[in-house]
Amino acid sequence: MTKLTLAERILSSRRATQQLSHGDDGPVQPGDLIEVAVDLILANDITAPIAIREFGALGVADVFDPEAIVLVADHFTPNKDIASAEQASIMRTFAREQSIVHHYDVGRVGIEHVLLHELGLVVPGDVIVGADSHTCTAGALGAFATGMGSTDIAMAMATGCVWMRVPETIRVDLHGELNRWVGGKDLILETIGRLGVSGATYATLEFGGPTLAGLSIDARFTIANMAIEAGAKAGLFPADETALAYLKGRTSRRVSEWSADPDAAYARRLEIDVAAIEPLVALPHLPENVRPVREAGSIPIDQTVIGSCTNGRLEDLRIAAEVLRGRHVHPGVRCIVIPGSPQVQLDAVREGLIEVFLEAGAAVSTPTCGPCLGGHMGVLAAGERSVSTTNRNFRGRMGSLDSEVLLAGPAVAAASAIAGRLAHPEEVLT
Amino acid sequence: MTMSGRIWVFGDHVDTDAIIPSRYLHTSDPAELARHCMEGLDADFPHAVQPGDLIVAGENFGCGSSREHAPLAIKAAGVGCVVAKSFARIFYRNAINIGLPIVACPDAVSSAAADGQQWHVDLESGLVRNLTLGTEADFEPFPPFMRALLRDGGLTAHTRTRIATGELPRRKARR
Repeated sequence: MTKLTLAERILSSRRATQQLSHGDDGPVQPGDLIEVAVDLILANDITAPIAIREFGALGVADVFDPEAIVLVADHFTPNKDIASAEQASIMRTFAREQSIVHHYDVGRVGIEHVLLHELGLVVPGDVIVGADSHTCTAGALGAFATGMGSTDIAMAMATGCVWMRVPETIRVDLHGELNRWVGGKDLILETIGRLGVSGATYATLEFGGPTLAGLSIDARFTIANMAIEAGAKAGLFPADETALAYLKGRTSRRVSEWSADPDAAYARRLEIDVAAIEPLVALPHLPENVRPVREAGSIPIDQTVIGSCTNGRLEDLRIAAEVLRGRHVHPGVRCIVIPGSPQVQLDAVREGLIEVFLEAGAAVSTPTCGPCLGGHMGVLAAGERSVSTTNRNFRGRMGSLDSEVLLAGPAVAAASAIAGRLAHPEEVLT
Repeated sequence: MTMSGRIWVFGDHVDTDAIIPSRYLHTSDPAELARHCMEGLDADFPHAVQPGDLIVAGENFGCGSSREHAPLAIKAAGVGCVVAKSFARIFYRNAINIGLPIVACPDAVSSAAADGQQWHVDLESGLVRNLTLGTEADFEPFPPFMRALLRDGGLTAHTRTRIATGELPRRKARR
């Protein structure tokens, strides 16, 4: 019997119609063009308006399943200008007309890749497509989740299916124990640093190895989230005890463990000794420009952003608060903390984390993607530099073409906010 | 399907923020997006690009976000085809889906490629010709499924036909 990677197992189980490349009905193989039945379809206030326009051109009246579509107004909300308000309005009207169950608007909205899992909308073995490149975050729960464009999403909304090329799988095995102040962000930066920003293009990253047993679900979300930054189609974790424990009480759907077949065939294997990893930073202007923070030199900064779909979960805020507690943000730095969802924000209030941030001189925002993509709530001027827990440091990503973004985890971002320059947490925790 | 035109040359890892910066994503109007196309790399491009011009680039063109605004901006700017050494996955899908021809042809993209050269691309036979230098390179033609998709003018028109003929059944709701 063919041994399958996790991605191949999921896609084999969710094949909708005949293969587009050949007529074989056996398990899928890398390179096959297939049509896949999707379980969940995601779009946001930037990508949904185009999807809605294309849906309208299809000649069908209704979406295939109003419960399978999730519309999240998270990018330019609370609306930053009139044009953004019009886009959110297009999405709101469509949601009402189509009786979309999962439409999330200001007050109930979180960043989509934080909100989706928190609400229990993803279970292992699902196929999820989203008009947002970071849809791959759901791979942390053993779902095959991938980003696509608006037109793909429109077709999926109408038919419940998408076309897909079955990806090769690159296996990443993590060994050893994490050092203090090293988290999910450092593990994925290390992975991207080794693979390069196009090293996993068209492929799936499948994470495994002994380190997983002690790796939190929030760290896994961070890792899966940035699979796209190596070019990957998806970033998958096995649905193990950690994933099932997270899902307990969140969903009424049947939940089961999913993993790759032992001895599955991988296109490539990467072994990472996590004990050798120190807190890392990705320097401008590509996420592959990865260095240990201690070796990056003294780099002055103007801003830090702690949040985003990459690092806006409770564990991230706890780490940032641990560093910031009883200390003060450097007078030359604007430190912006953005909880990823209303639940994360509420939990952070109840745990006293928000108090820690405010006392330290940080600003705390309502959930939004905002500054990560240079939208609002922390856009950079020419000559400015930000240490951010976000996911992209392309030139101009957070504002002016002459600004810079350094990517790091919440511990480094918080330490840098205090030091006024890129800093290792141990430099400020004296 | 063939395209001929003057080329604009860009480097590796041209990201979607460079193709169309996020600050313009509050609109999905193709004409408006075209006014800022490639602004992140070349402020003159949106003003100087002519209908039929081609974009030539290195590795991983279109990396970054899933924004369909990126190929929409390029198409609306009048660019006939993008030839690159390789493409980021989502950009590749998006371009095909909206009917913007793109070609991965590493052999065609060398240091000899220069702004202003005349290039010719033949999608059916899989050939890129540098008319200025008189060189040519092959690429793997699209599989039949993608050719049909491009011939129909993109995924929306293609899917509309398949739904209307009953070739593509619509799934029922889960509950």
